[in-house]
Amino acid sequence: MGRLWSLLFLTVPILGVAIFVLAVIPGGVFDDHWLPVNINEHGQIIDDLFMFILYLTGVIFIATGILMFWFLWKYDTEKRTEPVKFTHGSHTIEIIWSILPAATLLFIAIYQMDAWASHKMEPPVDDHGDPKPALVEVTGRQFEWRLRYAGRDGELYTKDDIFTVNDLHVPVNEQIVIVIKSQDVLHSFFLPNLRIKQDIIPGMKQQVWFQANQIGQYDLVCAELCGWGHYKMRGRLWVDSADDFAKWLEQAEQEQNSTEIASASQE
Amino acid sequence: MTAVTVDDAHGHGHHAMTLRQFINTYVFSKDHKIIGLQFLFTTLLWFLVGGLLALGIRWQLAFPWQSVPVIGNLLFAAEGGQMSPEFYTTLFTMHATVMIFFVIIPILAGAFGNYLIPLMIGADDMAFPTLNMLSYWFMWPAFFCIIMSFMNPPYGAGAGWTSYPPLSSVSAAAPGSASAQTWWLLAVTLVGVSSMMGSVNYMTTILQMRAPGLTMFRLPLTIWAMFITAILQAFALPVLTAAGFMQIFDRMAGSGFFVPEGLVINNADAESGGGQPLLWQHLFWFYSHPAVYIMILPAMGMVSDILACFARKPIFGYKPMVYSISGIAGLGFIVWGHHMFVSGMNPMLGLTFMVATMMIALPSAVKVFNWLGTIWGGDIKFTTPMLFALSFVSMFVIGGLSGIFMAATPVDIFIHDTYFIVAHFHYVLFSGTAMAVFGSIYFWFPKMFGRKMNETAGKWHFFLTFTFLNGTFFLMHILGAVGFPRRLADPYHYATFKHLLPMNQFITYCAIGMVASQVIFAANFFYSIFKGPKVGRNPWNANGLEWMAPSPPGHGNFDFQPIVYRGPYEYNSPEVETDFYPQTQPPPDGVEPAADEAH
Repeated sequence: MGRLWSLLFLTVPILGVAIFVLAVIPGGVFDDHWLPVNINEHGQIIDDLFMFILYLTGVIFIATGILMFWFLWKYDTEKRTEPVKFTHGSHTIEIIWSILPAATLLFIAIYQMDAWASHKMEPPVDDHGDPKPALVEVTGRQFEWRLRYAGRDGELYTKDDIFTVNDLHVPVNEQIVIVIKSQDVLHSFFLPNLRIKQDIIPGMKQQVWFQANQIGQYDLVCAELCGWGHYKMRGRLWVDSADDFAKWLEQAEQEQNSTEIASASQE
Repeated sequence: MTAVTVDDAHGHGHHAMTLRQFINTYVFSKDHKIIGLQFLFTTLLWFLVGGLLALGIRWQLAFPWQSVPVIGNLLFAAEGGQMSPEFYTTLFTMHATVMIFFVIIPILAGAFGNYLIPLMIGADDMAFPTLNMLSYWFMWPAFFCIIMSFMNPPYGAGAGWTSYPPLSSVSAAAPGSASAQTWWLLAVTLVGVSSMMGSVNYMTTILQMRAPGLTMFRLPLTIWAMFITAILQAFALPVLTAAGFMQIFDRMAGSGFFVPEGLVINNADAESGGGQPLLWQHLFWFYSHPAVYIMILPAMGMVSDILACFARKPIFGYKPMVYSISGIAGLGFIVWGHHMFVSGMNPMLGLTFMVATMMIALPSAVKVFNWLGTIWGGDIKFTTPMLFALSFVSMFVIGGLSGIFMAATPVDIFIHDTYFIVAHFHYVLFSGTAMAVFGSIYFWFPKMFGRKMNETAGKWHFFLTFTFLNGTFFLMHILGAVGFPRRLADPYHYATFKHLLPMNQFITYCAIGMVASQVIFAANFFYSIFKGPKVGRNPWNANGLEWMAPSPPGHGNFDFQPIVYRGPYEYNSPEVETDFYPQTQPPPDGVEPAADEAH
């Protein structure tokens, strides 16, 4: 029986690697079962880090899995040929297998600090080195995303701001800064295709930034439990060409003005 | 060191009992073994509840909005048996709560800690038997509160097991959940009271009541792990208790510790303000991160004992193992922020926590290497407990390595709150701890009941659980890589996740298989208590002190005064003919008592 049990443990590294390989390569049974397409200029670095850690941990996973199989196979009580190695360990080996992982882990930690900083600590600046103004303010509330665009003056919180819900339009190939806040409970602003996730805390304003490089429609997901309707707090991100974005903004402004006039004339 | 009461060792059961005696012996018992078994039986019962709650989650993810089998028409008659989204939020909240606070923590510390500590250190009982009894009976008010939480709409708390405010602390944010959440908070706080009583007792007992000759570095790793765990509990728990009371005040008295100014919930202004939701997260994780180690260290200790016994070899690197346990515990206090990388706390702080988190992977790696070193060159006997222990090592490697992805802050931005995390902690807690618990039950069952569990049934139980758990949890890594979020009642209306339904259905089938396989375990467990083959003191030819006591041990545990000559892992020692060398066996003539050799 020892043989069979050893082989069972061998299936762990074999099937584990096989599943990841099937997921990573395009096509096949697990087509599209991997990191969704990345359209953020800052996003590639996260994917690269993910793959780097995957390869690194993959090597350790395979090595420990095979070693374990081999020891079980070789030292199975029914089949073993050598006497038991009566040992309490080895100082040298302990030091080697402490220092090697320590160095590797420290390297990973330091290596990724820049990526973290570019995502969370270095907001984009304009030509003068001033912080780039926000294009839109996103407010999470149970269970929708309220959007407030800086209107013609390019400044938020002025009279010409434009208000919409759930459909977040941004121009392509431009540094976008978004202010996020919450009106009620925690939410999380998650754009899978832009590798952006930021929890939103009521009482606090935060910024996220990105540069989308592909026109299309993408999901905006709430990723922090916000109540019974959490699952349906869905928004859409529209990455438009500069022209389309300008047109959309103009249209949104007109619609807003006409409803304002309509409601004003009713009064 | 205390003297062992020998005269009482034959225990109970010889004469007809009065009701009062029965209650004192089996109900309000102060005997650590009875208390341990009480913890074992109740936590196994809760394990079943937690498993069924998990199946509810899996049902919704595989067959969203379809009529729930069996209970659907009872609970949701109006909706044609289809579960409501708020019920889904209670399912994952209560699944996690039950598994963490009512199964894993009490089964490790409460059941195994209680049963094994005095036996493995050669003591007659715990240092404070009455306190020990209370630590069990304080679980009952907690059971009452959690059952009350289940009984009140929406039939369980629904703010996640992390109970993040303001959702959890402002009743209006989750309409109709007014009392379920409050009962939940009381339940969790009471579990803390029980754990605290246990932890004080364990520390005192291990420090004060070891048998003559049993130095700290001759302790089994199980006891080291229980000792360090008790310290973790004692220092981390008060923070959760305080935070729990603060949130109860927020809900009931409007104190607003965690509620900021100016909330507009359900189109109405929230009453209180001036607080900070992030404060709860810091306080909660200051306990709940060390709690992660409270949920794994004892399992690691027990696995070490089982591996050495069935590899018939000393533990490779005993002292490095002890230092790793201590290192994990020490670092465990300064890594809580890694649960909060994207929470909105200062990103500079994220960098600090990332470095500490990366470093905590080191002692875990050292332990894995030492376990592999232990089976290397051994005489491996594939018994049921050994298979579970081996699978712990194999699966813990997966859970440990996937942790590195999350420790990397930039990668965590993408995978935080996705199924990658769900895969990670289930590999640690189910494939790790729960498998170690199964192995430990098979291993120490003969000591607990004087009978052995059936090996064939045990191996089938192992094989099916091992297969189905990988079918369930491994693919969750892949879901997570797509960004599939946790806690969504219906993720499939997002275009990004639509195509993941078939994979989720496969996972659900495996989960059903996994829960069903536990029937074999339950049948084997209860059958063997009454009908299993009787065994002597030491059925596994193990070295530990607990195996020198009768099976099951009577009151006072030992019928002789144990004197310890060496550590518990001297298997295949050249000093003796047999391949085991009990801690109490005096060295043969002419052999110098061995110095503590661990390197």
